[in-house]
Amino acid sequence: MARLVVLGGGVSGHTAATFAAKWLGSAHEVVVVTPNSKWNWIPSNIWVGVGEMSKEDVTFDLAPVYAKAGINYKQAKAVSINPEGSGTNDKPFVTIEYTLEGREGDSEVVEYDYLINATGPKLNFGATPGLGEGSNLGEHTVSVCTADHAIHANEEFQKTIETMKNGERQKFLIGTGHGMCTCQGAAFEYIFNIEHELTRAGVRDMADIKWISNESFLGDFGMGGLHMKVGGYAVSSKLFAESLFAERNVDWIIGAHVNKVESGKVHYELLDGSFGEEEFDFSMLIPPFAGVGLKAYSKDGSDITDTIFAPNGFLKVDANYAAGAYENWKASDWPETYQNPTYDNIFACGIAFAPPHPISKPMSSPNGTPITPTPPRTGMPSGIIGKAVAHSICDRITKGENAPLHKASMADMGAACVASAGKGLFDGTAAAMTVYPVVPDYEKYPGTGRDTDYTFGEIGLAGHWIKHILHHLFIWKAKLKFGWTKIPE
Amino acid sequence: MKKEEVNFGKSDQFNLTMIPGKFAKAMRTNIIWQFIRFIVINIKMLIVVSKSH
Repeated sequence: MARLVVLGGGVSGHTAATFAAKWLGSAHEVVVVTPNSKWNWIPSNIWVGVGEMSKEDVTFDLAPVYAKAGINYKQAKAVSINPEGSGTNDKPFVTIEYTLEGREGDSEVVEYDYLINATGPKLNFGATPGLGEGSNLGEHTVSVCTADHAIHANEEFQKTIETMKNGERQKFLIGTGHGMCTCQGAAFEYIFNIEHELTRAGVRDMADIKWISNESFLGDFGMGGLHMKVGGYAVSSKLFAESLFAERNVDWIIGAHVNKVESGKVHYELLDGSFGEEEFDFSMLIPPFAGVGLKAYSKDGSDITDTIFAPNGFLKVDANYAAGAYENWKASDWPETYQNPTYDNIFACGIAFAPPHPISKPMSSPNGTPITPTPPRTGMPSGIIGKAVAHSICDRITKGENAPLHKASMADMGAACVASAGKGLFDGTAAAMTVYPVVPDYEKYPGTGRDTDYTFGEIGLAGHWIKHILHHLFIWKAKLKFGWTKIPE
Repeated sequence: MKKEEVNFGKSDQFNLTMIPGKFAKAMRTNIIWQFIRFIVINIKMLIVVSKSH
């Protein structure tokens, strides 16, 4: 009997573990190690953050789902990996520390034959002074990265509505809290939900809403922007985004590295090297992401963390980490199998894999401060990669160690993104965008790097309906309900 | 002044972009048109999904 251990139970880890359990059956064991007791459909946290959904609407308990799937579930966080075993144990293993109520802090060694690192990111609030180091919640600002964060965000948001109803103007600042953030899409969706809810509450004219982000142009989204067909034109996402912001009277600061947050004020540096300050009454700033801080040790106990993990804490995979300057970047730099180059029984998926380089053109201020979005690896790509990795490992377990690995390069994969404003079926709207491929391939698509037949964006109710359907569909799938395997990632 | 022209004057950044007019905005919430777009977007998304697996 082989044992597959999956670290993390988010979109990618959950997809990998549930498919592996289905494909392997009871002949082999699948173990999931995750510190969380609940699964969270993160895209809908945006609606929790404006009070349109509750935590219960976007989360569910993992234990009964894993029991149904025959998965050995350990509510714990991984602390370290021993890919060669140790002096007293020849099998590779991970050391975990329980977070389960009643067993907090208990340590355990879990041996594995195959390991998937799908831990997701550490929300690195500490990277920006005042953003919330230690609190994991935002010290002076709010966040929508988890359901609990979103509940807190909504509580603060509702206070501002009351303040405006009492006749006092409020300043809203939404965006990214560091020069190396990703997930601009989440902040983009949140700012337009804020705008929508303020309009609905009848206080929009009392609010000054501003966007601040590390993108070098509006509509970069961490993907270097995209070109889409609109009204017979092929247009840049810059025009698409700027139009939306201007229409909704939302001002913007771009190319910004937020370097300090105080109560009611952020300090930032711009790409031109200048410095500025912006005051706010309510601010939601996405923190930068880092690896979760897993350590790795060789058989003799020496620290080999640098061998397995990149400096940012994400797991090294089959990517080209020596691509060098932007001019040399190619689609083929991006990983295909997500196998660790040193230990062939270790894989990564979702945010946990180390990308070879950003997708957006790297920028820095004249002061040497890097201000570049890091590449998005969430949502649809996360699920597809998780499934491909699970497929590879299942094949190696059932067909032998030389079974070919399945491929899922982000340079050969699309992504759908629906940024919805409002929740009502007829009074909400959404910007629905699809990009193919996520990583531009200028050899295959010399013009824009992408297939403009399948890279598109439009605003309207249709996208809003799709967002609703996706919410219910993906929670249905994650709960392993009837037909779950037929629902694509 | 037409409604879509109001925001152009609010900031230099707004002045350099495009803002949808009455017709474009009406189509965003026109149920018949949006139902057609719903079908079209779904088909396109399904193609993208199938190309990605």
